[in-house]
Amino acid sequence: MAGKLVMYLQYPFVRYALIVGVLIALCSSLIGVTLVLKRFSYIGDGLSHVAFGAIAIASVLNVSNDMLIVMPVTVISAILLLRTGQNTRIRGDAAIAMISVGALAFGYLIMNIFSVSSNLSGDVCSTLFGSTSILTLTKREVWLCIIMSVAVAAVFIVFYNRIFAVTFDEGFAKATGTRADAYNLLIAVVIAVIIVLAMNLVGSLLISALVIFPALSAMRLFGSFRSVTICSAVISVVCAFFGIIISILAGTPVGSTVVAADVAAFAVCYVAGMIKGR
Amino acid sequence: MALLTVSDLSLGYDSHAILENLNFTVEQGDYLCIVGENGSGKTTLMKTLLGLQEPVSGKVEIGDELKKNEIGYLPQQTVVQRDFPASVREIVLSGCQGRCGLRPFYNKEEKKLAEENMERMEISDLADKSYRELSGGQQQRVLLARALCATRKVLLLDEPVSGLDPKVTIEMYRLIAKLNKDGITVIMISHDIDSAVRYATHVLHIGASVFFGTRDEYLQSDIGKFFLSHQKGSEA
Repeated sequence: MAGKLVMYLQYPFVRYALIVGVLIALCSSLIGVTLVLKRFSYIGDGLSHVAFGAIAIASVLNVSNDMLIVMPVTVISAILLLRTGQNTRIRGDAAIAMISVGALAFGYLIMNIFSVSSNLSGDVCSTLFGSTSILTLTKREVWLCIIMSVAVAAVFIVFYNRIFAVTFDEGFAKATGTRADAYNLLIAVVIAVIIVLAMNLVGSLLISALVIFPALSAMRLFGSFRSVTICSAVISVVCAFFGIIISILAGTPVGSTVVAADVAAFAVCYVAGMIKGR
Repeated sequence: MALLTVSDLSLGYDSHAILENLNFTVEQGDYLCIVGENGSGKTTLMKTLLGLQEPVSGKVEIGDELKKNEIGYLPQQTVVQRDFPASVREIVLSGCQGRCGLRPFYNKEEKKLAEENMERMEISDLADKSYRELSGGQQQRVLLARALCATRKVLLLDEPVSGLDPKVTIEMYRLIAKLNKDGITVIMISHDIDSAVRYATHVLHIGASVFFGTRDEYLQSDIGKFFLSHQKGSEA
């Protein structure tokens, strides 16, 4: 087993997959804590379906780099979703559900009508559940992912205190002179960037898992925002790392293996939390 | 110019006014108590004063010398907060956010201020505890300590003593009175009319009939006499 692993690690594509997977897991878990606490757990799902629709349009239009369409569309949807959610919770909830199913349906419809590929269901399936594309990353894509992840992590650290203030009590933050709207916008943009990046890893149906599971696991164990954030990042990175390794060794799909690892970690944390007496 | 001037203000939700034609001013150093029945719009008024909500009509003018980051605010607790994973220290420190300007992290003075305010509220021993594990009264004191961190000129309090036991309630009122003596303007919503008229310099009574004036004027007015005797009656 170990020998097989060492052999695999000599291939650059395996190393690329590990680097990208771990970075994406790190970023999604950082922002995940805020989203869960703001009661926006489902936004990852909604946005990833929007991204799916955008990918469908991009592939029909035959755009060489589909990021050019997917990224702006997802960012704009994120801004709209977080904005409606601020006023009344139910409206935000319904908006996410509407946009997410709508985009999913239209995406599939467009792909079906204007199909350019011979293997349509394979294309759809790999977009939804994550493809082997994480194992076929080019050097350029890896660098793009590294730069984006570092940017997301840097933004999170610099604005950590403000993100906390806005998450804990938006009204207070606003009343005492913090520009809460600006930070909500920032959170929306960051989550959109993460979703688009993460689609490579787990596909659009499973992204929510990457966003919410580490955060929920960490909340079982810790009581302060800082330790929850750190613990969530650690859990997410460990799960992504071992998920990818297991999937390579056992030949399972990458995305679902990583998510399964996250679910297992949640179960462990849940039990540990109960024993700890929360 | 007054710190806060409210003229012909109507407030409510979605352009449906629940309270109309409100006029009053708050001067530097005032202690204004807002009283009224449940559902008369006290919290809505406070949110409108803070700019969290658009008035239906009329306006709230804030004096030139008062900046947003000089205001402290004690809101009522939200459901989201009750099980929020954050330590007491993190929450109290977040009250200093307005002082930071463009600086991303808190400096030594702000951390010291947070420690001082925790001491003031007697929650220093809880500093590393998780907020969701505290009792309602303890949580209230955490939020007040946070408001104190933000306050430099004005403190707005929405039911500051709800959920507190009698002993702590008295301490809380003393503390607020002391802050007011130190020059901080206080605007407080209260159910507890007795304490309100004991400490306040001005009273704003909203509801079916509206009254605004000094404490003594309120005690002499019909509405004040009625409300005071009514509350005493219900307590006895």
